[in-house]
Amino acid sequence: MAGDRQEPVIRVRGLVNRFGTETVHDGLDLDVFGGEVLGVVGGSGSGKSVLLRTIIGLNRPVAGRVEVLAADILTMSEAEQREIEKHWGVLFQDGALFSSLTVAQNIEVPLKEFYHMPQRLMDEIAALKIGLAGLPEDAGQKFPAQLSGGMRKRAGLARALALDPEIVFLDEPTAGLDPIAAGEFDHLIRDLKASLGLTVFMVTHDLDSLFAICDRVAVLVDKKIRVGTLDQMLRDDHPWIRAYFHGPRGRAAQHADAPKLSAEPARPTASAAV
Amino acid sequence: MVSAAATLVETEDAGSVVLTAAGEWLVATAVETDRRLRTLELPKNRRVTIDLSGVDRIDTAGAWLLLRTEHNLSDRGNAVELRNLRPIFVPLFDQVRAGGQLAPCTHPRPAHYSLKGYVGRIGKITIGLFWRTYSILGFVGLVSSSTLRLALRPGRLRLTPLIAQMEQTGVDALPIVGMLAFLIGVVIAYQGADQLRRFGAEIYTVDLLAVGILRELGVLMTAIIIAGRSGSAFTAQIGTMRVNEEIDALRTLGLDPVEVLVIPRLLGLLLTLPMLTLYANIMGLLGGCLMAWGVLGITIPQFVRELQYAIGGRPTLWIGVIKAPVFAVIIAMIGCYEGFQVSRSAESVGRLTTLSVVEAIFLVIVTDAVFSVIFSMLRI
Repeated sequence: MAGDRQEPVIRVRGLVNRFGTETVHDGLDLDVFGGEVLGVVGGSGSGKSVLLRTIIGLNRPVAGRVEVLAADILTMSEAEQREIEKHWGVLFQDGALFSSLTVAQNIEVPLKEFYHMPQRLMDEIAALKIGLAGLPEDAGQKFPAQLSGGMRKRAGLARALALDPEIVFLDEPTAGLDPIAAGEFDHLIRDLKASLGLTVFMVTHDLDSLFAICDRVAVLVDKKIRVGTLDQMLRDDHPWIRAYFHGPRGRAAQHADAPKLSAEPARPTASAAV
Repeated sequence: MVSAAATLVETEDAGSVVLTAAGEWLVATAVETDRRLRTLELPKNRRVTIDLSGVDRIDTAGAWLLLRTEHNLSDRGNAVELRNLRPIFVPLFDQVRAGGQLAPCTHPRPAHYSLKGYVGRIGKITIGLFWRTYSILGFVGLVSSSTLRLALRPGRLRLTPLIAQMEQTGVDALPIVGMLAFLIGVVIAYQGADQLRRFGAEIYTVDLLAVGILRELGVLMTAIIIAGRSGSAFTAQIGTMRVNEEIDALRTLGLDPVEVLVIPRLLGLLLTLPMLTLYANIMGLLGGCLMAWGVLGITIPQFVRELQYAIGGRPTLWIGVIKAPVFAVIIAMIGCYEGFQVSRSAESVGRLTTLSVVEAIFLVIVTDAVFSVIFSMLRI
């Protein structure tokens, strides 16, 4: 059963990333377990997005091992990579929707590419994903330029969920949204995680998101990562972590009495076979 | 990864139909499941029970297919009941039922696919063309009034950006302009020699070169290269500044964007394009001269003498160069105008840069044709 917490779905070991003479990650280790929401935080330039890009194979590290669903991302063949890509969905910062396609066509891209579905079935599944992402019914016909920032993110999420992935990577999902839209997006991710049993890897700056939906928090400090539950992080005495969680914004978010999610992983798709 | 395919078996049981779903209802097998569900003959006006106890794995695509079947059954007047859904799948079903829409997505048909839409599109483009012309004329007026203001107070002219523009549009363009002009000279000399040799009139290759390059090709080639090189750069530079709100920042600092951005580019190109044209003319003649020597055996003194016959006493040399300032104004104006048309999206920078080059080259060639008509009327 993949739902237990013994075997991580993402395992990073000894990761080193360097750009020119600038070392971003130096021997970073990280485990992400099935069915959890992991929030990744860190200062600007601490390499949050680089870590995400490395895990999904867009950035080649200088050294280290990255395994997703027990497959080695750095040494896999192209065919294996295609296979693993069916099992994750990525929401980029501004949605990264293809601007020449409508929202529905955007969602249909992976369906067509991986499963060669007939048009009617694709249209049905696209409508379903649009509904799941909380978009109005007529959004499918619209082009990305016609959508607001919040709707673009929802459309990006709908495309990320097109193949019913087990892992969803979110790069600053609430950045640039107004507080109401950000709160709604947090709720959406929490609902989908609970009902679809997703594992969520979320890079964020948003303290409210952390308190509202994350089971564990990973903080990038000193080119390494510290992982723990929120309570553990609140007790951590690293100066940056203290400043982050105990600054005025951190305190405000803690007292917002955000509804906490039970850590019980629900995995309806029980993907033992992967 | 091999998954046991989804199955749905129909059985009769005590007056009601029982559909037993089993296996893995996943997106990976959705195509096959969908095909079989569509061929399934659905009962009418019966009591139907869908038994889900055999479902091992299910995702949203699978849940959708089951719920679609349930919906189709109720549409046929059946009383449908879902039974024995495993508890861990319940939230997924609820989510799909709550978020799922029954109507599949439709795709907008581009309006111009119909006759009415097509005619409408032509009309829209035509009106747009008039609007653009009006708008470009407005921009020309704006730049002219700024230039006049500057002429009254020449101290305000920004010398450093002007020199920088002259370097970028002029000096930096020397290799490409020279190279292409030289090759054009070679080609004309070669083709001309080939044709004129049949009449024994090889020596007139020099006249062909002189008239062709000095009157038309030298300036036209230079203008086209500069439209592609600098006109596009103007649009991209000013457009990027618009995307970054730099133009708005200039305004709030009390600076006139036309004075800061357009005038250095306009003046710079106005000064460099005639010089580039002269240089292109020389390079073109040089290419032709070398070719005439190589193919026809016309020596360099012979070539120079023939050149004097061809252009001496006539304004051939200046007819080309005189067009250069006009082309410079066209290229700079279009390049800057399109840059200001950029909206706040990065995508429009690319679109307008392409448009700026196409428009500038189009207008340069149209203007060249107008010049030809005028010169022929003036008999020069």
